[in-house]
Amino acid sequence: MQPWSRTQMAGRVAVDIPEGWYVNLGIGIPTMVADHVPPEREVVLHSENGILGMGPAPGKGQEDAWLINAGKQPVTLHPGGSYFHHADSFAMIRGGHIDLCVLGAFEVASNGDIANWATSENDSAPAVGGAMDLAAGAKRVWVMMEHITKDGRPKLVEACSYPLTAMRAVVRVYTNLAVLDVTEAGFAVRDLAPGVTMEHLRGVTAAPLADARETVA
Amino acid sequence: MINKIVRDMAAAMEGVRDGSTVLIGGFGAAGQPDDLIDGLIEQGATDLTVVANNAGSGRTGLARLMELGRVRKIICSFPRSAGSVVFEELYKAGKLELEIVPQGTLAERMRAAGAGVPAFFTPTAAGTKLAQGKEVREFNGRPHVMELSLPGDVALVEAWEADRWGNLTYRRSGRNFNPVMAMAAKLTIVQAQNIVELGEIEGERVVTPGIFVNRVVNVRRGAPWA
Repeated sequence: MQPWSRTQMAGRVAVDIPEGWYVNLGIGIPTMVADHVPPEREVVLHSENGILGMGPAPGKGQEDAWLINAGKQPVTLHPGGSYFHHADSFAMIRGGHIDLCVLGAFEVASNGDIANWATSENDSAPAVGGAMDLAAGAKRVWVMMEHITKDGRPKLVEACSYPLTAMRAVVRVYTNLAVLDVTEAGFAVRDLAPGVTMEHLRGVTAAPLADARETVA
Repeated sequence: MINKIVRDMAAAMEGVRDGSTVLIGGFGAAGQPDDLIDGLIEQGATDLTVVANNAGSGRTGLARLMELGRVRKIICSFPRSAGSVVFEELYKAGKLELEIVPQGTLAERMRAAGAGVPAFFTPTAAGTKLAQGKEVREFNGRPHVMELSLPGDVALVEAWEADRWGNLTYRRSGRNFNPVMAMAAKLTIVQAQNIVELGEIEGERVVTPGIFVNRVVNVRRGAPWA
C-alpha cells in the first residue's frame, strides 16, 4: 500500500481545478495546491485578507510587509490581481462568487458537515478566522486531509463529534488514501491510492462507502 | 478650510473616553496602526472594548494595551495565534471577556454599522455553536443567522496616503479591515505614512472618502516589521 504524500495529494487536487476558477486555499496543507496548478492554466487565487490573483512567495529580500496571505506569510500579486477590503472579500465568499474553497478538517460527515475549527466543546477560545464564512459561502468546498488521525481514529464519519464549522458544505474529500465525493447517499469513492483496497478503506472509515470508481478494463 | 491633519499624537487621541468601543484595523502586522495603539496607551483611556481580527501578539501594541488592564472585552475572529501570550494569560485568569465572530461576519457587522443597517441575516455559522442564542430564519431553503451591526466609538486606521480632507489610500493587503472600520466609528483616527496635497489622490483612486475620517496624523515608520 502506498498512501499519497501531501505533495501528491496537493497535485491530485490541483489537476481537478479547471481554468478560470476563482479559488481560496485554506491555511495549512491546502496552500500547497498552488504550487501544483499547471503554469499554462489560469486559476485565480483569492486570499480572504483582500487579494485576488495572489502569486507565490517572493524571493529573499523581496518581501513586502503589506503583502501577506491569510496565513500571514509574504506573497506576491500576479499581473491582473487586485486588492479590496475585508467586507468586499467576504462578499466574494458569501455571495457565491468563489468557485472553490479547499479546506483542511478534523472531521467530515457523510452528509457534508465539516468540523475544522475547534477540537472540543470545552475549548472556550478557539480561533474561527474565516473558516465558517468560507465553508458556508464558497460555491463548492473540497477538503484535503489525512484519512485518519495521528492516533488512528477515522476522520470520515457518519456525524461529526467536534463542533461544526458548517452544515452540508463539503462535496469532495481528498485524503492520503482516497478521493471521495459526498453524495445524497453518502461517501462515494472515486479513486484509491496505489495498493489501497476498498476493504482497507472501509476499515479506516466510520461511515458507509459506495464504490464509484470507473471500472478499469 | 477643512484640515483633518492634526499636529501630533496627543491631538489625534484627544477625548477618547473610558468605556469606548475601539475598532483597530489590520490583519496580522499588515495595516495595523501600531503608532495609534501606542498613542492610545499613552492617552490613558480604559475599560475599553476592542474589535480587531486578532487578539494581539508579543507584548507590544494591542497586547501591551491588554496587559495594562485597559481592555475589558475583545471581539475578534482569531484570538489564539503563535504570539498571543498576553491574551492567553488574561483570558485564563478571567480578566478578559471574549466574543468570537467569524471573520466575514465581523467585517460585515462593521460595514452594516457604517451603512446604517442595524442587523442582517447571514448563512455563516448556521447550525454551529457561534449561532447559539441568535435568531435563525430560513431564506431560499437555508437557515440564516441574524447578526447585529457593530458600531465603534473610535476607529484606529492605518493608511498609505491621506490628504487634508481625510481621503485615504491603503498599501496592498494593508487595506483589510481599515475601510470598514473607518465607516463604522463616530471618531475615526488615521495614521498615514504619507500626507499629500488635496487633489493628489485623484477621485478614482480614493479608497476611503474623507467623509468617514475625522483626524489624520502623519507617521512615517517604514515597514511594520522593520
